[in-house]
Amino acid sequence: MTLTRRSMLTLSAGAAVVTAFGLRAGPAFASAEDAMAKITDFAGGTEPQMGTISLTAPEIAENGNTVPVSVSVDSPMTEEDHVASVAIYADGNPNPEVITFNFTPMSGEASATTRMRLAKTQNVIAVAKTSTGAVFMDKKEVKVTIGGCGG
Amino acid sequence: MAKVKPRVKVPKSAAAGDVITIKTLISHPMESGQRKDKEGNPIPRKIINSFTCEFNGQTVFSCDIEPAISANPYLEFTAKVDEAGTFKFTWVDDDGSVYSDEQEIALK
Repeated sequence: MTLTRRSMLTLSAGAAVVTAFGLRAGPAFASAEDAMAKITDFAGGTEPQMGTISLTAPEIAENGNTVPVSVSVDSPMTEEDHVASVAIYADGNPNPEVITFNFTPMSGEASATTRMRLAKTQNVIAVAKTSTGAVFMDKKEVKVTIGGCGG
Repeated sequence: MAKVKPRVKVPKSAAAGDVITIKTLISHPMESGQRKDKEGNPIPRKIINSFTCEFNGQTVFSCDIEPAISANPYLEFTAKVDEAGTFKFTWVDDDGSVYSDEQEIALK
């Protein structure tokens, strides 16, 4: 995406509106409650425990268009006890879902890396579900300098 | 539109039981459906919505991808290798196109 004069003007106008009226301007962003509702759905009624899963994301992302993010879960990855899936959510994006990784015992380890878009400074949440029914989560706040939704 | 080209990096060989890291990248705009063109009309969503990695016909890893994944989606994951064989990678586009790639791996 290139910053043209027009988009710069729109951006600064938008910023002015935000300053004037608080956070009422801009497209309909998902709220933290939306993200929580999705997480509860994904967890299937189990209360997620902190720990076991670790989420790695930069503290400050200069460009919200490509934010590297990786997850890894401590698990023996056997047929009886393995991580079935890990979902990543961003609670300030227009849609909170980011990606869902589905692992199998053949994955060897429950770890994956990708690059995501973040519209603004927000929490990134990773939730893991194991074959035994346990649910783990980890949360990181990522500060975004330039948003990645190209409004 | 630029041609969609998958690129995959798999080690040439591994010892039996090794856990290897696989890196994939596919050139794709991943149009989120949130952006607007110059006239203010929304640009329709066009993303790769799922990815699967199979080893000798068995699924190793798969994922469901949402518009929040960056353009040219990059994925890095692991696989446990017990035998020589072929990894097959498949990406599915919103418009139904399927892109795929295959890589062989030998035992040390």
